[in-house]
Amino acid sequence: MSTDNQGPVWEVFIQTKAGKPYRHVGAVHAYDKEMAMENARDLYTRRSEGTAIWLVKAEDIVASQPEDMGAFFEPSNDKPYRHPTFYVMPEGAKHI
Amino acid sequence: MENQKRLDEFQAKIDAGIKIEPKDWMPDKYRQTLVRQMSQHAHSEVIGMQPEANWLTRAPSLRAKKILMAKIQDEGGHGLYLYCAAETLGVSRDQYIQWLHEGKSKYASVFNYPSPTWADMGAIGWLVDGAAIVNQVSLQRTSYGPYARAMVRICKEESFHQRQGYEIMAEMAKGTPEQKEMAQEALNRWWWPSLMMFGPHDKESSNSGQSMKWGIKLESNDDLRQQFIDKTIPQVELIGLEVPDKNAKLMPNGSYKTSDIDWDEFWNVIKGNGPCNSQRLKHHKKAHDDGAWVRAAAEAYGKKQMELVD
Amino acid sequence: MRNTLNKMNHLQKYCLRIADNSWILGNRLGEYSSKGPFLEEDLAITNVGLDHVGLSEAVYKYVAELDGTKSADDYAFRRAEHEYFNIQLVEYPNEDFAYIMARQFLFDVYQFLFLEALVDSKDNTLAALAKKSLKEVTYHIRRSTQWMYRLGDGTEESHFKIQGALNELWMYKDEMFFMDETDEEMMKAGIGVDLNVLKTKWEDKVTEVLTKATLTVPENPLFSLQYGKNGHHTDFMGYILLDLQYLNSKYPDAKW
Repeated sequence: MSTDNQGPVWEVFIQTKAGKPYRHVGAVHAYDKEMAMENARDLYTRRSEGTAIWLVKAEDIVASQPEDMGAFFEPSNDKPYRHPTFYVMPEGAKHI
Repeated sequence: MENQKRLDEFQAKIDAGIKIEPKDWMPDKYRQTLVRQMSQHAHSEVIGMQPEANWLTRAPSLRAKKILMAKIQDEGGHGLYLYCAAETLGVSRDQYIQWLHEGKSKYASVFNYPSPTWADMGAIGWLVDGAAIVNQVSLQRTSYGPYARAMVRICKEESFHQRQGYEIMAEMAKGTPEQKEMAQEALNRWWWPSLMMFGPHDKESSNSGQSMKWGIKLESNDDLRQQFIDKTIPQVELIGLEVPDKNAKLMPNGSYKTSDIDWDEFWNVIKGNGPCNSQRLKHHKKAHDDGAWVRAAAEAYGKKQMELVD
Repeated sequence: MRNTLNKMNHLQKYCLRIADNSWILGNRLGEYSSKGPFLEEDLAITNVGLDHVGLSEAVYKYVAELDGTKSADDYAFRRAEHEYFNIQLVEYPNEDFAYIMARQFLFDVYQFLFLEALVDSKDNTLAALAKKSLKEVTYHIRRSTQWMYRLGDGTEESHFKIQGALNELWMYKDEMFFMDETDEEMMKAGIGVDLNVLKTKWEDKVTEVLTKATLTVPENPLFSLQYGKNGHHTDFMGYILLDLQYLNSKYPDAKW
């Protein structure tokens, strides 16, 4: 065995109940998909924390880089017109 | 050399309470400190399974057995959250475990004491987990994001541990004379080691200053220890046991003054001369070595499955 | 307690067998805690152990209710060895991971089929317990089946080890399907399960999994043994009970 790292790392996302978004809760090590699913279940839903699980192999995640923070995210800071609160509604307008 | 501008920006983020995330720039020393502290924390959870597992087959009731199993499983789970959080620093779990086996990485010295009676299950939950919680509650605000998030999860789950330990002690303290004696002796055994869990005095803690500046540590060793003492002494008295420190005294400010810890013992156990240091490491190594063929099989099978998909 | 069990009716004995199987296996699995091949698996095995202790507790409570004089803990902790009615398979020591998983797989298939049939029991309590536990056991069998594949079709070494463990444990399998008077009575009353039907299904399932795992179904054992379900146990049982009953026998008046 080249490395004995107790299997590759899988990131775990849990949906707490139907309709809710999946949230990252942590990671597990596992050697195959089935094992990853069982390990995530055993580790992250011991206290009925969820009803559904997503798993992604950590190496398959594409992540933005902190260096790109400025170029990626700051331009949207000066586009307040994308937010509803930007607009002035006439006094007394309802359901809008 | 790291340039001063980056360091200043980093410090400004910490001061503003912005969490540091894995891909963010961080000073080498910050990363090293976290690698050391988080792996030590993870190892402690995992080694901490052993003194309790020692009583699993002997737990005296169905209820006690279930609780103890669930608790040991939680400890292992917490070790796992922490290893995963520590791996975001770019060090693999395999490496952390190797360091543990080579003695390059420490775990909480408190687990180098034996657990000869069932009352030790009470004392460990009440005092050892109790001391750990004081520390961990504080660490929920630590500056490294993955560490802080793991701590939040851990604190939520740990809340029952201390209560189950105290329940065992309370039950035994009002039980037969033999049970009460076992409870008192377990308290005597674990009292000082749990006070030692908070580490050396602030003035002798070499890394403390920098760790606090970087928000890795939020409160000083002595402050946390005092919080624990002040919470615990009334609990001791409530169940009719005696604090194993003749000098413990309530001060006008509501805080307790206690004797100083035997620091020779503290350093001695840290250096590996405690009653169970070698036993605990051997146990961990054996499990790891015995499991090598299982991991190899799982890896080989996993690869075959991936090839089938491709 | 020694004599009172002689008068025990079939239903109680039937229930105790179910409870004792899970109780002794749960203890064996607990014993493995902190010794797993990697952390995730260590925790997963404890999880399965917890399910077994939970099931045994529920069934002991029911027996205590039927009896009216003893508690669930009395059944779990305060019986003589020959008053425990678990099958011998679950007593087998945790020799290594291959033995643990082979024992688990053979038992999981049995317990799954047993509970699946027990869901239709005319005894409402047993039927309800079976229904609840079936969900847990469905998960157990999924796990142990996967491990048969991984170990059987993993490396040469793992193949050799798991095959060896299966061969060794095979001698305990017949007991699962052995029907005595209690089983017959319970079946006639519509409470118990027909173990003959179970046997065929068990063999089919085990053969299917082992074949897929590139393993060989062992030869049938040549002789039958005395059975744990009637209180005859292996040499291992005494030591399990020695630990298990330690505090209760040393301090009989103490409450914990």
